Amino acid sequence: MQYIKSGDWLVILAGCLFTVWLAGAVWFNGSADKVIIRSGGKIFRELSLSRNLEIEVPGPLGLTVISIQNHQARITSDPSPRQYCVRQGWLKRSGEASICLPNQVSLELTGGGKHYDSLSY
Amino acid sequence: MTASVIKLATTASDHHIARMAAFALGLSVLEAAIPSPLPGVKPGLANIVTLIVLARYGWRTAVWVSLLRVFAGGLIMGNFLSPGFFLGLSGAVLSLGILGACQHLPSNWFGPVTHSILAAFAHMTGQLLLVYFWLIPHTGLAYLLPVFALAALVFGTTNGLIAAHFIESPQIQKGRLLENN
Repeated sequence: MQYIKSGDWLVILAGCLFTVWLAGAVWFNGSADKVIIRSGGKIFRELSLSRNLEIEVPGPLGLTVISIQNHQARITSDPSPRQYCVRQGWLKRSGEASICLPNQVSLELTGGGKHYDSLSY
Repeated sequence: MTASVIKLATTASDHHIARMAAFALGLSVLEAAIPSPLPGVKPGLANIVTLIVLARYGWRTAVWVSLLRVFAGGLIMGNFLSPGFFLGLSGAVLSLGILGACQHLPSNWFGPVTHSILAAFAHMTGQLLLVYFWLIPHTGLAYLLPVFALAALVFGTTNGLIAAHFIESPQIQKGRLLENN
């Protein structure tokens, strides 16, 4: 303990506060409230997470089915051969996404930490 | 025909720097054997040497020792010019920058512990910036930030305490540990 000078304590304290703040900002911040569905790179639909529904999105291989339930969203079925996006399961957090590359459909959650409500050009 | 010998003129201070870099190198090889829960989270024991060198011989020598350690470490560990090497390099460069700035803090208030913590955070920042802009440009990386920050805090404090111990120990004060053997 004799190695820690008074300024060092301040730095340790600042480090602790910074780490806690970071954890709060990153882990306990903004659950998502919106879903963006893209098809072929263009936004196909923007939906709220608060309504439970199922939606079909057309792609080059066929229909991708996306469901929203209990503030979560997932890709329920997809014609892609490897089913990566389906196996990703439920998405909950803002920024999470699952992408079906073969069918060119993607699902992304936003909101919470977003800086703009909307932008238009 | 005689074999040609290339001899570089070296000074005593070159030898001194090389010896300290070798110390640091030993620590990083030792550390490579410690399993890490997450790539990038490791104790950074070699930085103890950097801190001692900084306290005793100043920033320039610390830069030499630290960068020599990174390059030679890459060659020894076989990851020279691989992503892991560049991560270490970017971390080292940023933390050396911070250590340079730390030199101007009043020394009766801030000791090696402060230097170590700030350098550890700088190291993490350097690494993460490189990861984000080069390897994984995905905001999901932010999810791991608190883990890295906690590691920087814990290991920074520990390394700083170890360095402070050596800096204040009479052996080092007489300059024995790093200068001879």
